[in-house]
Amino acid sequence: MEQYRIDQKKGLEFGLYTLGDHLANPFTGKRISAQQRLQEIIELAKLAEQAGLDFFSVGESHQDYFTTQAHSVVLAAIAQATKTIKLGSSSTIISTSDPVRVYEDFATIDLISNGRAEIIAGRASRIGLFELLGYDVQDYEALYEEKFDLLLQINEKERLSWEGDYRAPLKDAHVLPRPKDNTLPIWRAVGGTPASAMKAGYTGVPMMLATLGGPASAFKNVIDAYRETAERSGHHTDDLPVGVTGFFHVAETSQEALQQMYPYINEGMKLTNGQGFPKQAFAQAKDKRSVINVGSPQEVIEKILYQHELFGHQRYLAQMDFGGVPFEQLAKNIEMIGTKILPAIRKHTGMNQED
Amino acid sequence: MKIIGLSGSIVGSKTRTVMDAVAKEIAEKYPEADFQLIDLKDYDLQFSDGRNYLDYSGDTAWVTRQVMEADVMIIGTPVFQASIPASLKNIFDLLPVGAFQDKTVSFFVTAGSSKHYLVADHQLKPTLSYMKAQIVQTFVYVEEKSFQQKKIVDDDVFIRLERLIEDTMDTYEANEIIRKKKEDSYGF
Repeated sequence: MEQYRIDQKKGLEFGLYTLGDHLANPFTGKRISAQQRLQEIIELAKLAEQAGLDFFSVGESHQDYFTTQAHSVVLAAIAQATKTIKLGSSSTIISTSDPVRVYEDFATIDLISNGRAEIIAGRASRIGLFELLGYDVQDYEALYEEKFDLLLQINEKERLSWEGDYRAPLKDAHVLPRPKDNTLPIWRAVGGTPASAMKAGYTGVPMMLATLGGPASAFKNVIDAYRETAERSGHHTDDLPVGVTGFFHVAETSQEALQQMYPYINEGMKLTNGQGFPKQAFAQAKDKRSVINVGSPQEVIEKILYQHELFGHQRYLAQMDFGGVPFEQLAKNIEMIGTKILPAIRKHTGMNQED
Repeated sequence: MKIIGLSGSIVGSKTRTVMDAVAKEIAEKYPEADFQLIDLKDYDLQFSDGRNYLDYSGDTAWVTRQVMEADVMIIGTPVFQASIPASLKNIFDLLPVGAFQDKTVSFFVTAGSSKHYLVADHQLKPTLSYMKAQIVQTFVYVEEKSFQQKKIVDDDVFIRLERLIEDTMDTYEANEIIRKKKEDSYGF
């Protein structure tokens, strides 16, 4: 775990991730400017750090209703604005970028932030960026696998020679700058199916697992598939962190939390994904067994601890800002995390002297 | 309420002929309904490659968006090789899982003979169920012998279509009551 800068004695890590969506608030119909949204994301990271959260990440989506296409630039600004919180991408679409350039960017962010940068590399769920950036979507899988592999090689070797199908060869290339401790934590973004998780297992890289809804137990199967595959491929799962991401919102009661959260998710998904979130399925988020962490602080603590018991994961990433949620509501969430949720989670999952 | 009449074949005339009769019946009985006839013959659709339907362009983007916005779909399908035509299956393939959630879907079948009567039950209904449609269970099956020179010459077809449309509208109304009752019960 050391290689991935995770100290399990401190317990389950808690972070926030944003896709950088730029949507109207469904309650008011108003949308803030892209500039304000970007400034608020940076502010959000600062608040998260002040509240004691472990991690903050920003994703890239190249289509309407998003604003962090240049996510590494946003992360650089956050690196400068913060001091201790770990930073990452959620995710970097490595398929449509040059791994050398991505590595240069993140190694630089790592130096600016004094060793806090990480990469979570994904394949994109929407595909508009292939055309935008000049790639053929027919090469979707091959592009990802080849470029992800190159990214890992650059991380391992300061100088390398390399040849592939989707990028000019490298001849004893020197990729600079190097990160503070010479390597970066690099995760594979996984979309929720066992088949996708197994790919991370074969390579023996940490997995960041996205969840949208459904029972936590369904994702237990995915994590098991990842670990089994990793072990079978000769990797040690004790050294491989697992991260789990999902929707998060707290309020006084679970009913209030659902009321406040649903319109953002439903309207936001209609615009960015083409389908809303079925109300019946969202109502089931009240159940402790649901993977959606929406409820009162106490309920959410119980859910996260239950998930930790099932998954044995090392990091949880909450998505709380999707769909035009106003900044005050996000600030309130962060305050609740800092004052109520984090202390409980660290107490129950960490190995401190009081236990 | 948005109703789409989807004529699922890009060849032949029988399915479109019946769909025209459906359009006429709806215009007469339900003049307030927003009915739109989409004949796949009139559009150039690409094959599904698995992307989100929002990421297609041209006719493919237009047709899939219309279908996603519909409250009610009336599908017309011929029988090709003991199944539905590829053009209609492609529409389903282009759409996301659960695309027909909260939609009422009914259909009619045109065929050369009576031998294919169960094709819709075996080939079309499972796909619609999987995509979470509220299916109107009875459908209208129209054989070659009911047509003459691209016109329906069998009164029974009109009478059965009348029932199909009535059943479709009633099913939609009932489904809406159920959906609203459920959604109100959640209190958010």
